[in-house]
Amino acid sequence: MLTQHLAVLQVVVPLISAPLCALLPLAGSENKLGNKLAWLFATLVSLTTFIIALLIAKEVSDHGVISYQLGGWAPPWGIEYRIDHLSAYILLIVSAIACITMLAAQKSVEKEIAHEKISLFYSAFLLCLTGLLGVVVTGDAFNIFVFLEISSLSSYVLIALGNDRKALTASYQYLIMGTIGATFILIGIGLLYMLTGTLNIVDLQQRIPELLSSRTLHAAFAFFTVGISLKLALLPLHLWLPNAYAYAPSMITVFLSATATKVSLYILFRFFFGLFSNEITFEEFHLDKILIPLSILAILIASSVAVFQNNIKRMFAYSSVAQIGYMTLGIGLATKSGSIAGMLHLFNHAIIKGGLFLAMACIVFRTGSVQLSNFAGLGKRMPWTMAAILLLGLGLIGVPFTAGFISKWYLLIAALEQNNWLAATVIVGGSLLAVMYIWKIIEHAYFKIPISSASEGQVISEAPFTMLIPLWILVAANFYFGVNTSFSYGFANTAINTLFQ
Amino acid sequence: MFADYYNYWVAIILMMLGFYIVISDANLIKKIIGLSIFQTSVFILFISMSKVEGGTAPILAEGITTYSNPLPHVLILTAIVVSVATTALGLAIIARIYREYGTVDENIIHDQDEEDEDNNEATG
Repeated sequence: MLTQHLAVLQVVVPLISAPLCALLPLAGSENKLGNKLAWLFATLVSLTTFIIALLIAKEVSDHGVISYQLGGWAPPWGIEYRIDHLSAYILLIVSAIACITMLAAQKSVEKEIAHEKISLFYSAFLLCLTGLLGVVVTGDAFNIFVFLEISSLSSYVLIALGNDRKALTASYQYLIMGTIGATFILIGIGLLYMLTGTLNIVDLQQRIPELLSSRTLHAAFAFFTVGISLKLALLPLHLWLPNAYAYAPSMITVFLSATATKVSLYILFRFFFGLFSNEITFEEFHLDKILIPLSILAILIASSVAVFQNNIKRMFAYSSVAQIGYMTLGIGLATKSGSIAGMLHLFNHAIIKGGLFLAMACIVFRTGSVQLSNFAGLGKRMPWTMAAILLLGLGLIGVPFTAGFISKWYLLIAALEQNNWLAATVIVGGSLLAVMYIWKIIEHAYFKIPISSASEGQVISEAPFTMLIPLWILVAANFYFGVNTSFSYGFANTAINTLFQ
Repeated sequence: MFADYYNYWVAIILMMLGFYIVISDANLIKKIIGLSIFQTSVFILFISMSKVEGGTAPILAEGITTYSNPLPHVLILTAIVVSVATTALGLAIIARIYREYGTVDENIIHDQDEEDEDNNEATG
């Protein structure tokens, strides 16, 4: 009975829970208890969405595409929720990361967020989760815009809750650029609607080929490209990302870095391969001509900038911009193998970067700062956290037996298949730059003697278990998916193959 | 040319005006105003395309067979809600920025941030 409604439950459960979560402190007799309740509630909801995503993934791999008609109105008239392999894959990533974030969140949030705002914080988080899941679930172009804005608006709020006052300007900047991006996507949707009279993605896909000569279609495609690139922070449109990630509350950085740009990348997949088909995207509009150079620049420039950052969260934020470059490079190769590699890197990067930012959250929790100078001697004081950073850093570089290696390997093969030696060199070169910035942290943590902490008289100890366990789950996943790729590669493979048909 | 497509011209002119304000003005509040104009132009684009020549409001009545397309109106109603939320949130953030920095001028905020960074490096 419930199984046939899984598609809509994926969105409705967190959506309804969000306002309930805001009300929870009223139920608690004392403020602290209310905040704990809010955390417990948000964690349970995240777990539920993860279980729903698992059930959906199973359903999709057993029986194929799930099509759910909202209110019983048949598509293309009604809104359709449509989940294929690609959607199921992204749903799993987003809900799993939400779960991990929530499991680790309680102590970190209690320390970083003002007490009267904690339950509101969790409800904003649930709204953000709703938006991200909604974008992936829906098969309606306008619905994608609405859900995208739900997730964006709540993430502006969450970023603005950061302790540093720079979080406010970062959030403001993200708001301006994010809204421009979303409005561009809206213009694209409007132009497509003008041409075809439909908003259903499957329906649009069938109508677009006969419209190729129309200039309006070209304009719509251009608006989509710019709008989505803004949302996924493709270099030169990445300016909002480093500050937003650096100054957001630690847990929000964990969540957003592993999900928000990934969902934007999903929209890119959905629009350019699903809505416009891959032939049109690459043979008519030549998206690869712009995507490959920009991706290469993103990898090189963002990685180089990361090397010179002294705020480690900012360093990893720039590294994210570079990793997004890897993913778009895979897409830009315009082949199946390239897109599979891009999709696989999306999956692996979510694990690795989520883990690295979670380790940052541990360090902020104990030391209060992520300045590089603060890392001196942490190798001894926080051995588990630093070991996790080291191991995840290896994944980011792409050392064999880590998840990062697998996706970079497939990416390299995909580039060589096309005889694109420049791209192949950049993929390897980007890894070398990653070695440089990861080494900078390792050197400080393990080989530098702390100067200041002794005089301050405070002893820095290891992070609490509630944060270490989720962190090490991600470390374990980093190695598991570096050895056993049957799920991560297999699912991405089917997802892209169904998309390319 | 202009007369045939004047609704599109209006939308494009408004769009560019709004966009220009967002990019060029240093005042955070004026940026939000520009953003609103920018979004409104898209609403006009949507609404104007829903008009069917000779059509009336989409209400079922006797003797009327041609209706304007109501769907874009509904879509834009949703988009307006999104836009209002964005504006409200933007203004709320500006209010907090003003409390923290004592200004709503982007350049002065930028200078203050730079100073902060220099101080950080000097002390730690």
